Amino acid sequence: MLKTLRQIVRTGIVTEALPAAADELRVREALESRIREVLGRALCIRQVDAGSCNGCELEIHALGNPIYSLESAGIRFVASPRHADLLLVTGPVSRHMEVALRRTYDATPDPKLVVAVGDCGACGGIFGEGYASCGAVSNVIPVDVVVPGCPPSPTRILAGILAAISGSTAPQAIRANP
Amino acid sequence: MDRATPPQAAAGVAKLVIESNEWRELAQDVAAASGRLLALWGSRSLVNGDVLRAVVVAPPRALLVTVPLQDGTRRFPGVEHVFPAAGRMQRAVFDLSGLRSSDPDTRPWLRHAAWPADAFPLATDAMPPSSPSPVDDYAFVRVEGDGVHEIAVGPVHAGIIEPGHFRFSVVGEKVLRLEERLGYVHKGIERRFTELKILDGHRLAARISGDSGVAFSWAYCEALERMSGLQLPGRALMLRALALELERIANHLGDLGALGNDAGFAFGLAQFSRLKELLLRATEQALGQRYLLDFLVPGGTHRDLAPDGAAALGRCVDRIEAEAQVLRGIYDEHTGVRDRFAGTGTVLPELAAWLGLVGLPARASGQPLDLRIDLPQPPYDALDVNRCVQHDGDVLARVTLRFEEIVESLRLVRQMLRALPSGAHIVPVSVPAAGSLGVGLVEGWRGPVVVGLEAGPDGAISRCHPQDPSWHNWPALEHAVIGNIVPDFPLINKSFNLSYSGHDL
Repeated sequence: MLKTLRQIVRTGIVTEALPAAADELRVREALESRIREVLGRALCIRQVDAGSCNGCELEIHALGNPIYSLESAGIRFVASPRHADLLLVTGPVSRHMEVALRRTYDATPDPKLVVAVGDCGACGGIFGEGYASCGAVSNVIPVDVVVPGCPPSPTRILAGILAAISGSTAPQAIRANP
Repeated sequence: MDRATPPQAAAGVAKLVIESNEWRELAQDVAAASGRLLALWGSRSLVNGDVLRAVVVAPPRALLVTVPLQDGTRRFPGVEHVFPAAGRMQRAVFDLSGLRSSDPDTRPWLRHAAWPADAFPLATDAMPPSSPSPVDDYAFVRVEGDGVHEIAVGPVHAGIIEPGHFRFSVVGEKVLRLEERLGYVHKGIERRFTELKILDGHRLAARISGDSGVAFSWAYCEALERMSGLQLPGRALMLRALALELERIANHLGDLGALGNDAGFAFGLAQFSRLKELLLRATEQALGQRYLLDFLVPGGTHRDLAPDGAAALGRCVDRIEAEAQVLRGIYDEHTGVRDRFAGTGTVLPELAAWLGLVGLPARASGQPLDLRIDLPQPPYDALDVNRCVQHDGDVLARVTLRFEEIVESLRLVRQMLRALPSGAHIVPVSVPAAGSLGVGLVEGWRGPVVVGLEAGPDGAISRCHPQDPSWHNWPALEHAVIGNIVPDFPLINKSFNLSYSGHDL
């Protein structure tokens, strides 16, 4: 126990400041700013791997590490779409995941946001469209923000999530105490 | 293996053509020599028509076996009784290539209902038609009896993990049986390869399983370079090995954190994910990317080590080594964590041998195979890799093995940074002649990664088959959970950390 505490103290707080919201990633203006204000303060995300190579998942995982510390911004990943405000979807959407993705979207209560992560989620990427791939996430469900990259860095994904929820709200307002 | 004298020994992997009725006997010989079936795929060869191809290893030998199938039959002898993991591979061969094994389980494996049962995506030039409903009804094995009920999980899981379906048959909390159903992230990778130029295929190879980008892109490049007998400069080879070991360390660090978390010790996740982030940043500084999906290219590496790269990596390696040692002490002494790890999800060495486990879970169950040591390709032939093996086969053994492999890989990184040869990091590659056949074998962090590559005319790919070690180890997970409680499944699953995308293709 002492060793554990010593390691915690030695590590200190390593969390970095949040990036600014990347407004250029927003592809759809669907929500009123008031809803963004409400969601932005305690956002619940359901991540859906709809066919990814798992590279994007590695960087999404990194959002939870103490350096990006997503939870300290009031944003957390939840286990069910029924608890979620935002779907973070990686692609390309395989045909075998098409129905599961639609059902997940339908199970998410309104108002909801969708962020498509990665080149494959954005446009099908290197896998494209084919007999087993639907390509871009927006070919299957409506998408609000697209974060290209292969894989996009955690900072970029975070900037995309903030773009989805922040509207004109400054990012500093979201993380109360960095 | 005696009869498998290589008629045309290419570097590392000998090629052998046998009759269909000799395939089972060869498989039995390989199994008797404690060998492994590493890959199996169907192909349409320019010379032989429909063929079954397999890569088998029984160190110090590796063979690429080609089995021409008689005209019209499109059937081959099944070897599931020799290599249990072959069962699913054979079902996938039928789903994609239309070649049917003689084994009894003929349920589809990678095909759900996205395309019709009589369309074979790798056997036709035309794109297979899409079925109207991609949802089908899979014949799971039912367990019946007093108090038995089923728990169905997936394909969308509760965490940030890849999609797959698990069907548990349980009594109370105890798991009687687990049946996996995979194929949800099948996106047609093998057909996609045939639409790419052979000098561009490494980019797709790196994205077969993103966490193994270096291993797969290396295996692809090796297959391609072997076709023309290209010798790479020492610096290119060493940079590739450096990338492979960094990939191993990063994944092991991530897994150790997640395993602590799954045992209820969030401290472990915070600490190890921090160390992993530091390593990814040093990797980006030294080699240009956090995840090295575009680092390997045919003929060498995309870029050289950055001028300050060796220093950055050196500092990071020292720090990770010191901190990982402290964290290992904490994991060892934490009774709650030990209680969850020890005796959980056990695969005994005898079972591991029979199932033909490979890679990390195999070495945690006393199966020593490590291609870096047993079939060493340059630069590993000059690196003296120390073999890490555990024998208990439980979650604790897989955790301990990761700690040991991190220490060994950190040592290798240091050694390579010191001994990095000067010279070019890339040389020109020529387009191989149509009909050329090459195999790449790389010991990735998860286990042996295989790429079988066949060149088409005008720089095209006529066939590319990647095989992830998860194919061999997914069936072992079904055995590992028997008799354990349902809440331990995430922990056991994470201790294997198998790839869905690398398997589903």
